[in-house]
This record gives sequence, structure tokens and C-alpha cells, in this order.
Amino acid sequence: MVITAPILMDTLPSAPTIRPATAPAPAATAPAGQAAPAAETLIDIDHVDFFYGQSQALHDVSLQIEDKKVTAFIGPSGCGKSTLLRCLNRMNDLIDGTRVAKGSIKIRGVDIHQADVDVIELRKRVGMVFQKSNPFPKSIYENITFGLRLQGVTNKARLDEVVEKSLRGAALWDEVKDRLNASGLGLSGGQQQRLCIARAIAVEPEVILMDEPCSALDPVATAKVEELIQELRTRFTIVIVTHNMQQAARCSDKTAFFYMGKLIEYADTRNIFTNPANAQTEAYVSGRFG
Amino acid sequence: MPATHHVFRAQLTSARRREGFIFFLFGAATYFVLLCGAVVIGTIVVRGAGTVFQARAPFINTTFFTEAPESLHVFQYQGRKMELGDAAFRTFEAAHPDVAKGKSDSYVYSAGGIFPCIVGTVLLVVGSMAIALTLGVCAAIYLNEYARDGTFIRFVRLAILNLAGVPSIVFGLFGFGIFVIFFGWNVSLLAGWFTLAFMVLPVIITASEESLKAVPKGFREGSLALGATKWQTIIKNVLPYALPGILTSSILGIARVAGETAPIMFTAAYVVRDKLPWQVDKFSDFFFQGVMALPYHIYVVSSKIPQNEYTERVQYGTAFVFLLIVALIATASIVLRNRLRNRYKW
Repeated sequence: MVITAPILMDTLPSAPTIRPATAPAPAATAPAGQAAPAAETLIDIDHVDFFYGQSQALHDVSLQIEDKKVTAFIGPSGCGKSTLLRCLNRMNDLIDGTRVAKGSIKIRGVDIHQADVDVIELRKRVGMVFQKSNPFPKSIYENITFGLRLQGVTNKARLDEVVEKSLRGAALWDEVKDRLNASGLGLSGGQQQRLCIARAIAVEPEVILMDEPCSALDPVATAKVEELIQELRTRFTIVIVTHNMQQAARCSDKTAFFYMGKLIEYADTRNIFTNPANAQTEAYVSGRFG
Repeated sequence: MPATHHVFRAQLTSARRREGFIFFLFGAATYFVLLCGAVVIGTIVVRGAGTVFQARAPFINTTFFTEAPESLHVFQYQGRKMELGDAAFRTFEAAHPDVAKGKSDSYVYSAGGIFPCIVGTVLLVVGSMAIALTLGVCAAIYLNEYARDGTFIRFVRLAILNLAGVPSIVFGLFGFGIFVIFFGWNVSLLAGWFTLAFMVLPVIITASEESLKAVPKGFREGSLALGATKWQTIIKNVLPYALPGILTSSILGIARVAGETAPIMFTAAYVVRDKLPWQVDKFSDFFFQGVMALPYHIYVVSSKIPQNEYTERVQYGTAFVFLLIVALIATASIVLRNRLRNRYKW
């Protein structure tokens, strides 16, 4: 797979998208949470309040995430962006005492907190890549096939095919094709993170959630993951949480800025970084706080 | 004496002197403990070697390992001092009828070997560890992965820790009351297995829980995010990595299970038994038979029979073999653990 020239050194205002913008850009002055709901809305987050025990982490958050686009969540630490991301595949269920107290999150019109929703099925459709790359201490091959084997796929030819396809999809195939049976932990940090991405796309999800996927990577590895995001955007809806504003500017179509558990502004990435409607957003993206 | 006086020149300050003294004290404590261990093991090895090894080929006293205990007959025959085990003595008696007229002393358990005790101890260890690991790992998985932390679970943990401090004789009496009498299992392997298992359970549960805790959260989250159920996650992506740690704790458990006398003296151990454990009429009888065991045998030969030079041989020999067996089982578990550890390294 040929990788296009790194976009690492791009600076803020550069256009993040490769392809032409399809939807007309919403007005730059659109108030928070009012991004035009287009027909292609995949995830509809509607007035969500979220609590860790007694402390409220999200205050009345509403936003629509569009299909086959990259949406970035930015904001200072503790602003609730990771919490919201983990709501989307209900990973917060694992933490005792968490609850969505108000509002709803709908994916393709289905409220994911509905009683009859199987969280297992939800997570098959909404994959996740974590901040700290977490390849399992198994072979590369076993890492990729883990999800499929859970679903009962045992056909060797099918598994082989998925392994190659996923690794190619994650731009890792050429680097590891000769050592598929070596441990996934023997890879470098960036390769490990791409292995995790390959593992996530192997189960063919619709959405991939990325929780600061590059925060532990060096600039070169970061560039590779960002290129990968550019390639995956045609097949998947990607939601990425990042501390790195340049990264949000480089690889996302839309950006949501959070502060203190509130959604401050949600708009096209270009607008957020060049012409933010909100003074707090402007202060943050220009580096004056956060 | 160097002419230059620089600022970093070493000086013997009181802080330095105190440090030296403290280090000496800590070192001395460590080597004192080591010395005690060496003296204990050395005594057993040196004095037991006479029983376990012999000057003639094959240099190992095979009788001691393969025969059951017998009485030793010591007598004078035609001016020579003879030492014969029960069976050999009877044959000799039949061949030389004049022996009976001579004076013969007999010493109980001082001839033959300790094969039934070895078999009994191995059976007790394997059975009780199987029970303890099964129950212990299940309980640890429940406590660490499923149970919600609350007052009740904290109380359960406290109870488990306290159980670890209960003296083994209390477990023995408990097993006697519950398994031997209430369940009517009599003095049997089964009763011994459960009694010993309950004795080591606290250690195994606590250590297993720690091992499970040590498995990084990322492995669980990664697996769940791929659409695995909690159980699939535990069985495929948590337990395999926790196994080496669990086995480490079970090695300590093995030494305790093999070594304790008190829990089995009321529940599983016989002073002497002619039949070997596999000589049973039907399969189910296997579980309901008592066995001889090494620690109990040591207890019997060193406190329940008259002491003399002949019994001393058996005492030290048995203790030596006992150490060997425990070391052997522990080594096997360590090898198994290391193989697992190499397979799942992170």
C-alpha cells in the first residue's frame, strides 16, 4: 500500500479534507449543538446529562455525528470528551455508578440505552481504539481474528482473508506479513496502535471510536495513524478524541469543542479553527488557555 | 595522605557510621535465617541419607521407596547380629527353626519402606489442590470481575483473610465434624481433600484475585469493545494471563497441603493400612478410603512408638523423602508456570 506524503507539518488553517466538501457548511455563527441535522446523521446525541456517581460529567450535550465523516472532540482535560466517546459504545457501563441521567443517544434512530439493546451487538457495530495501545499478548494473527472467533468464525480461509484485508486496511500488512505468528507486543508503539485499528476494523464495524489514539506515539507514528484515518474515512464513521488541536485540524471534517462538561461549539473543522463563533473556542484553539 | 582537601572528601560522619551498623544488622538477620534453614535441611539430609541411600548399587535404598512399613526383628544368630523385616524374618524362621529359641527384639515400623505414605500424600495433594484451585479461582473471578464492591463484598474479603489465620487443627476438627461425621464419609480421601482444600482456599482466593487484578484493564476493554461478553473476555483474555500468578500461589499451597498433619489426622490418615489406594473393590470405594500420609507417618514414628536407634532411621528417612516429594511437586508447578509465563508475556 502506497502511503501518501505525511501531512504532519501542516499548520492550523489548512483544509483537513482530501475530497470536496459535500454538505454546505453551516453558518459560522450557528449556536452550540445546532449543526444542521442532515439526512446522513448517524449518531444523534440529544440533550445528554451524564453522571459519575454524584458528579456530573456532561451537561445537556447535543450533537449529530454524520455518516462516513471524521468528527473530532477537542477540549482541555476533564472536559467530558472521552466520557461522551465512551457513551457511544456504552463502555461507561463498566464503571460502577455511571448513568445517563437525561437525554438519549440514537444510532441509526435506535436509542442505545433502550432496554432491548444488546450491548454486545452495539459494540460489534461501534468499534473502539484506545489511548494506550492494547494489543493482546497473543500473535498478530490471533489479535486480528479475536473478534471474528468470538462470533464463531472458524473457517481458516475466511480468517486468513480477513487478517490480510484488515492489516492492509490498517497499512500494516507490508510490515508484518512475514511474522503474523509473532507476538503483537513485539511491534513498535505505532505499529501496535495500527494493529489495534486493524483488530477493530476486522469485525467490520460502522463506527470507529478513537480515544486519543496518538497520545503515546512519536510524530512519525502519529503521521501514519493520521494517514490511516484519511483512508478509513471512506469506509467508516470515525469519532476521534484528541488533545492535539493540529491533529483535529488535519484529519477531521467536523470538530466539537467541549469545556467543563458542556459542548461549547460544534461546526465544520475549518470554521472552528479559522472563524470560531464562540470566544472560549477561539481562546482554546489559539492556545490562550487549556 | 592526599595533599588536596576538596569539598567532596569522604568523611566518617555519625550518619555514615549509623548506616554501616544498620546494614550490618539487616545482613546479619538475613544470613541468620538462612543459617537456620540450612541447619534444619542439612540435619535431615545428612541423617536421612543413611536410610535413603546405600553403599551397594543401585545406591538408592529401593526398598524404602517401594515397600510398606514392617516391624524390624533384631536378634543374635550364630554369633551374628541379624536385622530383618517381618516377612524376611518369617522366612528365615521357617528355614532355621532354632531361631525361635534365641532372643529376638522387634521394633514396629522400623523396617520396610514408606511407599503407601508417598502414594497417600501425592493423592491428598493432587485432590485437594484440584478442589482448592477450582473453588478458589471461581471465587476470585466472582469477587474481582463480577461482584460490585460494597460493604458485603468487603466483609466477604475480610472473612476470607481471617480464614487464612485459623489454626490447621481447627480445620481438622471442622472437617471431622462436617465431612467425617455429618456427611458420613468416614476417615477418607474425600474428607481429607475437602478439609485440606478449605485450609488453603483463603490463600488461593486472595492470590488469584491479585493475579486477576494485575492483568491490565486494556485487555478487558479491548476485548469488550470487540463485542465479547464478559465471560468470553474473562476466559479468553484475562484468565490465561492470570494463570502464572495463580500457579505461584498454588505452589505455596502445595507445600502447606503436603505438610500439614493436623487437618488429616482426623479426616484422612491411617496409622497403617495394608492395602494400597488402588486396591479397591469398586471405583467409588476409592474416594472413601483412608490413606497413609508422610507427615502423619513422621508424627507416628516419632511420638507414638518407643524411640530407639532403629525408629530414628525411619524418622529421618521419611522426613528426607518428604522434603524431596514436596520439592518435586513444587518444581513441576514452577516449570508449568514458567511455560505459561513465556507463552503470555506482556
